[in-house]
Amino acid sequence: MASAGLRDAPQLPDFGLLKRLARDQLVYLLEQLPGKKDLFIEAALMSPLDRIANVSILKQHEVDKLYKVENKPAYSTNIVNADKAAGRTRKYKIIFSPQKFYTCEMVLEEEGIYGDVTWDEWSFYLLPLDEDIISMELPEFFRDYFLVSINSVIQNLFLSQMVHELWHEIEEDSPVDTVGQKPEIGHIFLLDRDVDYVTALCSQVVYEGLVDDTFRIKCGEFHPRAPEQLLAFSVFSQIRNEHFSSVFGFLSQKARNLQAQYDRRRGMDIKQMKTFVSQELKGLKQEHRLLSLHIGACECIMKKKTKQDFQELLKTEHALLEGFDIRESVSFIEEHIDRQVSPIDSLRLLCLLSITENGLAPKDYRSLKTQYLQSYGPEHLLTFHNLKHLGLLTEQAPGETLTAVESKVSKLVTDRTAGKLSDAFSSLGRKSNFRGISKKLGLIPRGDGEYDLKVPRDMAYVFSGAYVPLSCKLIEQVLERKSWLGLEEVTRLLGGNEFVTGKRARENVALDAQRIVLVVFLGGCTFSEISALRFLGREKGLRFVFLTTALTNSARLLESTIEAKA
Amino acid sequence: MNRMKVDEEEYWHSSKCKAFTFDDEDDELSQLKESKRAVNSLRDIVDDDDDLEKFSWSGEPVGSISWSIKETASSNSNTSEGRDLSGQKGSSSYGAFPKQPSSYSLSSFFKGRNKHGSFQSLSDALTDTGLKNYAPELRRPKAEFKDYTSDWSPKDTVRRLQRGKISSLERFRSLQDKLLLLDEAVAVHDGNVITAILIFLKKTLKKEILFRELELRQVALQHLIYFLKETGDQKLLLDLLRFLDRTEEVALTQYREHLTIQDAEKRKEFLKGCIGLSFSSEDAAHVQDHYTLLERQIIIEANDKHLEASGQAEIFRKYPRKASILNMPLVTTLFYSCFYHYTEAEGTFSSPTNLKKTFKIPDKQYVLTALAARAKLRAWNDVDALFTTKNWLGYTKKKAPIGFHRVVEILQRNNAPVQVLQEYVRLVEDVETKLNLAVKYKCHDVVIDTYKDLKDRLQLMAYRCKVDRGSPAEEKIDSILSNPQIRWKN
Repeated sequence: MASAGLRDAPQLPDFGLLKRLARDQLVYLLEQLPGKKDLFIEAALMSPLDRIANVSILKQHEVDKLYKVENKPAYSTNIVNADKAAGRTRKYKIIFSPQKFYTCEMVLEEEGIYGDVTWDEWSFYLLPLDEDIISMELPEFFRDYFLVSINSVIQNLFLSQMVHELWHEIEEDSPVDTVGQKPEIGHIFLLDRDVDYVTALCSQVVYEGLVDDTFRIKCGEFHPRAPEQLLAFSVFSQIRNEHFSSVFGFLSQKARNLQAQYDRRRGMDIKQMKTFVSQELKGLKQEHRLLSLHIGACECIMKKKTKQDFQELLKTEHALLEGFDIRESVSFIEEHIDRQVSPIDSLRLLCLLSITENGLAPKDYRSLKTQYLQSYGPEHLLTFHNLKHLGLLTEQAPGETLTAVESKVSKLVTDRTAGKLSDAFSSLGRKSNFRGISKKLGLIPRGDGEYDLKVPRDMAYVFSGAYVPLSCKLIEQVLERKSWLGLEEVTRLLGGNEFVTGKRARENVALDAQRIVLVVFLGGCTFSEISALRFLGREKGLRFVFLTTALTNSARLLESTIEAKA
Repeated sequence: MNRMKVDEEEYWHSSKCKAFTFDDEDDELSQLKESKRAVNSLRDIVDDDDDLEKFSWSGEPVGSISWSIKETASSNSNTSEGRDLSGQKGSSSYGAFPKQPSSYSLSSFFKGRNKHGSFQSLSDALTDTGLKNYAPELRRPKAEFKDYTSDWSPKDTVRRLQRGKISSLERFRSLQDKLLLLDEAVAVHDGNVITAILIFLKKTLKKEILFRELELRQVALQHLIYFLKETGDQKLLLDLLRFLDRTEEVALTQYREHLTIQDAEKRKEFLKGCIGLSFSSEDAAHVQDHYTLLERQIIIEANDKHLEASGQAEIFRKYPRKASILNMPLVTTLFYSCFYHYTEAEGTFSSPTNLKKTFKIPDKQYVLTALAARAKLRAWNDVDALFTTKNWLGYTKKKAPIGFHRVVEILQRNNAPVQVLQEYVRLVEDVETKLNLAVKYKCHDVVIDTYKDLKDRLQLMAYRCKVDRGSPAEEKIDSILSNPQIRWKN
């Protein structure tokens, strides 16, 4: 696929347009309510809003005060009712983003304020976080879709299939005159998160992923707000995709360069000094600021990671991925639980163990679950129930040999008229088969010699050379083969017939566009996956565009399965 | 009302809408017109023989439309087609049914429009006039859309709901119509619309009927369960789960409610009520333990609060409690009891041994917790006792259910003195780990002895530079290095 002539990556479409559209629409909505107004913003909307508009834009359109509404959408109804009780009259408008739900209307009606408020929608669906990342900012999507709506039911349609179907409909519905337009994207992949949980559960060691694991990047806003063109050349863009081990060296090199540039001041005459101050100083200062930010971040990461035995944790993860010394990993996990260290990490290791081993042995399951509840609280039995539903943490069926169950289940699954399956089977039916897949796709690179993380040779570098992310490997394989041909065994192991391939020959796709690949992650994607595919893109002369319901990591994924503590 | 409707209908039927310019609002008019026309022409057919034709152009049972027409015509006669639905078990999409070419087929009424693709589409209406509208911000506030009191087919209604236009659902009164509406919503995969229709069904159907129908419609069922959870309608949710015979889910849902009860005493009572529920045998034991734990905590909390306030117990004076023990996990409770009540006899509720026994805490977990608690208090004798076992000959031996490197780590974190630390570093089995720990924590004796055991003269000599001049460690090294009986390997 990659030929020498195509090495330089094609230009991406300008997704900044989406931002401008959203901003214009917001302004329009604000203008619909002339005069001074206060704005109450739901907490979850703060960061996305920040990326679209800023306070001065809001002020320009006569927003007086800004309030944050914490997790309680029903709060606004209290305001209205309180005003009513106090005899105050005000105008209220609720702006639903991205769309109003009928449930909201019901709440308004029940609260007795239907009619007292007007409402509108801010159809702000897509937030470009980067030139190649677009987020739908729907972190709850994973829980809503994979946990709540689909899990006790094996649906004939899997999510990506559903989207695919809708896509078709939209295409058929849309006006005919797209003929003149040239498609800007050559390939589209739709990936359900449940195809690959393993990658999302691993500790991230690529800089941006590690930063996300440690500090939680909100809306791609780790770096301080800075002019975007500056960011493109900034420190961050140079280290974000690097393995953490190479970051220190890079930062200290940068620091030395910076020092040298500052040092040039000495021995300058007045005139030189003047040009220096007017032309270079600002940039240097900016760089200095960013550099110290990242150095600070690294320090903080190191401190946190040494405290929690990161090295040991990684060792266990790698052992699980490779499938050796399972007993040792089990006892590490047990001790991890007993020491009451991070409940999320404990859960993460348990899930990794379960997925890589196709479920825990009943004895282990019981004992580890009991100890987990004893360490972190009995209410987590609800969490375990959720994880079982998701197929993230399961118990091997006792008695029957696995293969027997497997064939039975797969028969049931293929029998589409069966439709409904008992819960026990549904969790078994979604067995991960990780080992088989890993073998087929070669996800664990052979350990001949040291893996030089500074000069990555494949996508495994994002996990210290120990594992190639499954999701990314699938994409690589399909792109290489230009189809799923030859991957039948893998698709079977992944849940077989739930794959759809839509092919539409479009001769008029421009050469450049053919090298742009849109990857849609339904249920969230991680920075590690982004880094891995960016690497692949550089190798093959492709550009990947990421569209995701949200950026996720192991903690976000697992937290969404935990029943909230009241 | 119905009289008026018919008049209106006639008006639309006769009016010529073609000349309208289409803006967003008129789009509705055009749709209105379409459906009117379809619906009106249908009446003749359907009235003639109403259960001959089951499926129409989109595979929908014609019955429902016919019903809605009868409704408009203020006819109350019931049709029996509703039962057809129960035959189509769990089918979520009617799209799958083969279209039946038939002279009664509705498609003939839409032929004129079909070539444009979907006659519903907004853009379709807009292209007619060349008024492309890509900028959604130029539209009117959505809330201002008025609904026309008119008869939309289930499909139309769902489409309108999808676009956020308020559609009144009141008109869908027969069970069959309601279900048709629901199935249509499920077919377009729009959770929002499915929920809207479920809210309506919940209001207008007896719960037994609603449940019965949803049992055949899993997607809609999931949405209702989710909706009930979100809106906190616990009672109906439990009724539904019971109806579905999902006993374990009933139990879990009920149990979940305890999280909302703040008062410890009330929570305890609530948990007591959960004990008999049909959990899996494994979870039943966990719930029982949960209850017992909280019961204990309430007793301990009351006692200790009193004790602390009275100022009699030294331990509470020295280390005032930072938080209440209520609702803490078992291990935290154990830590607490090892911290404040370590020496108590097994008979008291607050003693660590009692907790260990009651909750069958594994040795490993117990030792780790007790170690952390005693180390925090710097009670090194207790730490020592924790690992000391006597064999039948009376010899003492140090044994731990966890690796001694872990013991060292915990002790070190609690600033144990080198003498204490060194004793445990020495017990670490793996030589390399032992050396690393010993060097890291400056346990000179251990380092020196280990090099001696390894007969590694060079390392020992190198280490000599790291210890203080004239220290006992240096002396020890010197004496070893000058010992002629040792056969060094280097």
